[in-house]
Order: sequence, then structure tokens, then C-alpha cells
Amino acid sequence: MKYCKFFLIIIFFILILEESLKANNNILLVDKISKNLRCLICQGQSIYDSQSDFAISMKLLIKKKINEGQSEKQIYDLLKSKYGAWIVYDPEINEKTLVLWIFPLILFIFGGILIIRKVFIN
Amino acid sequence: MKKNIIYLTTSLFAAFIFILFYIGLEKPNTYIPNQNNKKIIQFSGEDLFTGLKINSNDIISKNKFIIINIWASWCLPCRSEHTNLMDLKNIYNVTLIGLNYKDKSLNAKKFINELGNPFENILTDPNGIISIEIGAYGIPETFIINSESKIIKKFIGPLTKRNIKEISEIIKQ
Repeated sequence: MKYCKFFLIIIFFILILEESLKANNNILLVDKISKNLRCLICQGQSIYDSQSDFAISMKLLIKKKINEGQSEKQIYDLLKSKYGAWIVYDPEINEKTLVLWIFPLILFIFGGILIIRKVFIN
Repeated sequence: MKKNIIYLTTSLFAAFIFILFYIGLEKPNTYIPNQNNKKIIQFSGEDLFTGLKINSNDIISKNKFIIINIWASWCLPCRSEHTNLMDLKNIYNVTLIGLNYKDKSLNAKKFINELGNPFENILTDPNGIISIEIGAYGIPETFIINSESKIIKKFIGPLTKRNIKEISEIIKQ
């Protein structure tokens, strides 16, 4: 009987610990997602940093979606469908952002060729 | 000859960059994606006056077009557009649904009692989640929705007389 009580207490504490770890992970995920989202009302700030009504509601929505079991990608996809890809700080490669991703690379290669040619000619 | 080609290429590149930035400066710095023809999510909220839970689909499916207007008593532009909303209801007989954004129930009721009620139902959105889910930026904002839950048009900011005319033409179709 004594062992049984001890065993139940241990299980109880494990459950509490598991719940608190889960809650903590959810908070960290809300922070991670909101740091990668642009506040559309107060541009220049992330949703995480902003205290505007829009940002506060957005953080609550992210929390709600995580609690409903949605993944990080699903949340980004939902917000991109409503507010466009611009809401995400880290834009994905597609036909609209291709120039943004490729242009620095072209400049880098072009510059490199110029430097190499200059060095070898001299 | 070689030097000339380099000068010409550099000048053309500089001119291209200048034109690109000049066009960029002319454009507004807020990016609003086109939401037309996208489906609006199903949402539910408590009615401001009765406290009963109302589902958006129940209202949308019953009407050819409905108009969802996001407003709050503390929002000054909402006050200025209210007469236009009253016109929509009284002259054009449009079904209007209000979404009361982050407002105190008492203040919202006072606002409606003072300025008139153009809405069929007013749903409360105390923490702003519903508004974000339907893709709102702030208030006031107005959506024209058809019976298939598709967004026909979205208006950001207070509705003007011109907007009302535009809405009346859309719902006539």
C-alpha cells in the first residue's frame, strides 16, 4: 500500500512535469514563429516585438493554432494565404522572389571574375 | 574601345538601378495581397445583444451576398462611416454583419443605440482572433462575401459614398 501511494505520487509529478514542459515548448514555438513574422501595421518590427493590437491578436492566434495541434508550416501557410508571403521575414524561393535570391549571387560571381582577371593580368 | 564598353555597361546598369529605385519610391510601402475570390474561413462568435453563439456559415449560405464590417466604438473612422452603412441597409437592403473588434460590450451597445443599427447580427471578437483569421489589418474593414463564402471585394479603411455605390453595383449583379 505504501509503495502504491509512492508510485501514484511519482506518476502525478511526472504528468505535471510533462504538462509544464509541453506548455513551455508551446510558448517557445509562439516566440519563434512571431519573431519570423512582420508586423504589417508597424513596419520595421516583428510580431514578437510589436505591441500593436494587430500583433497582440496575431500572437493569440498563433497560440490558439499551436494548441489545436497545427505545425509551424501550417501556421505560416495560413498567414501567407491571408497576408501574402511578405508577412514572413524569411521569404521562400518562388518566381516572384527568384531575382532577390539570385541577384546577389550573380553580383558575387561577376565581381569574383573581375578580381581574378585583374590579379592574373597584373 | 574596351574602355567604352565598360563605361557604357556601367552607365546602363546605374541607370537601370536608378529607374528601379525611382519606381519603387512611387509605390506605396504597404503590401496588400489580393484576397478576391478566396474563401473566407468559417467562424463563430457571440451575438452582442443576445449572447447566443452564431456561426458565419448559417448567415452566409442564406444570402446571395453579405457584407462583413469590422468596427469598434473606440474607432473614430468607424463613426464616420456609420452613416454609409446605414444607407447600405436602408437604401440598398443589404445584409450586414458586424464584427465588434476588441471592444467593451457596454460601449459597443451605446454606439449602436446612438447611431443606429445597420447590422443583422453583431458578433463579438474580444481578442481580435476572428479578425486576424479572416485577414483583416485593422479597423474599419469591410468584406463583400457571396453565398459560396468567397471574398468578392475587400475595403480597408472607412467606407466612402463611392464605395457604397461600388458595393450596390456588385450586389445588383
